[in-house]
Amino acid sequence: MKRAFPILGVLTAILLSYALYEALIGAPTEQTMGDVQRIFYYHVPSAWTAFILFFINFIASIQYLVRSNPQTDRFASYAAVIVGLVLFVVPFFVTLPEGMRPSSVATTGVLITGLYFLIRRLFSHPDTDVLAITSAEVGVVFSLVNLVTGPIWARPVWGIWWTWDWRLTSTLVMWLIYVSYLMLRRFSSSGETPLLAAALAVLGALCVPFVYFSIWFFRTQHPQPVMGGGGSIDPRMWHALLINWLAFSCFAFLVCWSRYRLERLQRDVDEAHAMESLSDPRESVR
Amino acid sequence: MRGNPYLFAAYAATWIIHIVYLGTIVSRYSRLKREIEDLKKPGVRS
Repeated sequence: MKRAFPILGVLTAILLSYALYEALIGAPTEQTMGDVQRIFYYHVPSAWTAFILFFINFIASIQYLVRSNPQTDRFASYAAVIVGLVLFVVPFFVTLPEGMRPSSVATTGVLITGLYFLIRRLFSHPDTDVLAITSAEVGVVFSLVNLVTGPIWARPVWGIWWTWDWRLTSTLVMWLIYVSYLMLRRFSSSGETPLLAAALAVLGALCVPFVYFSIWFFRTQHPQPVMGGGGSIDPRMWHALLINWLAFSCFAFLVCWSRYRLERLQRDVDEAHAMESLSDPRESVR
Repeated sequence: MRGNPYLFAAYAATWIIHIVYLGTIVSRYSRLKREIEDLKKPGVRS
């Protein structure tokens, strides 16, 4: 595994360079906005990556809460299958909001169930807490990129840096919830902190679909979605967008891997300090 | 593609945010390595 990291690092660097080339040179210039539209190739993939990381945080937090008890664990596994099935079947029999494709909702259902059981298989109960903090922290970084690049695009296109519409405000609120989650993890030393943080993460996760679907349900100034919606763009723009998303996803995976190892190491060191204090009575007097 | 200050600012901001975050990971990792070295030395308290 130690050898895989540098190899993946080099491959990701190559992919990021190619993605940058596609974003700046490969993709055609948009007729109305001009070159400033190219911000889209960093803004949108950053948002998608943040959503996925917050979603991983949600599943890891749920598993941290339920896996301490075999009954709740079994119940949550059934719930994951039912949610996946409902999202897979129901969209084909009901009228969805304009522009939302049933296949997109069905794919989301499959991904939810698949990711739930993948995390369950790969991570032990204590490690789900490590995964939760890792994905939340990296998600906050990607969400920050999204929040910073959005206003830089908006200034020349809308003439304003920011407006308090549904999409922008809900994204900011979602980011603040996850920042508060990280603050709780950082500054609370109570033994109950992981449980409280997991509960906060579940609440924070409710914001993610709200942010994503806000442009369907409310009339906002934000442009309409390009994925899962009715928007259509030039195939070369699609290519640049997907390559950048793939590159950012690989980059996020590597950053999460580093952060995960760091968190595990931090816990080992904390444990060693605690053991040392127990073995040395003078330490506990101090 | 012509030089566009907004485009440059957005791409630069993206990489500055990522590099600063990676820097915090590296510095936290170095601090932990030092703590581990201290723990390995007999009779030395960090």
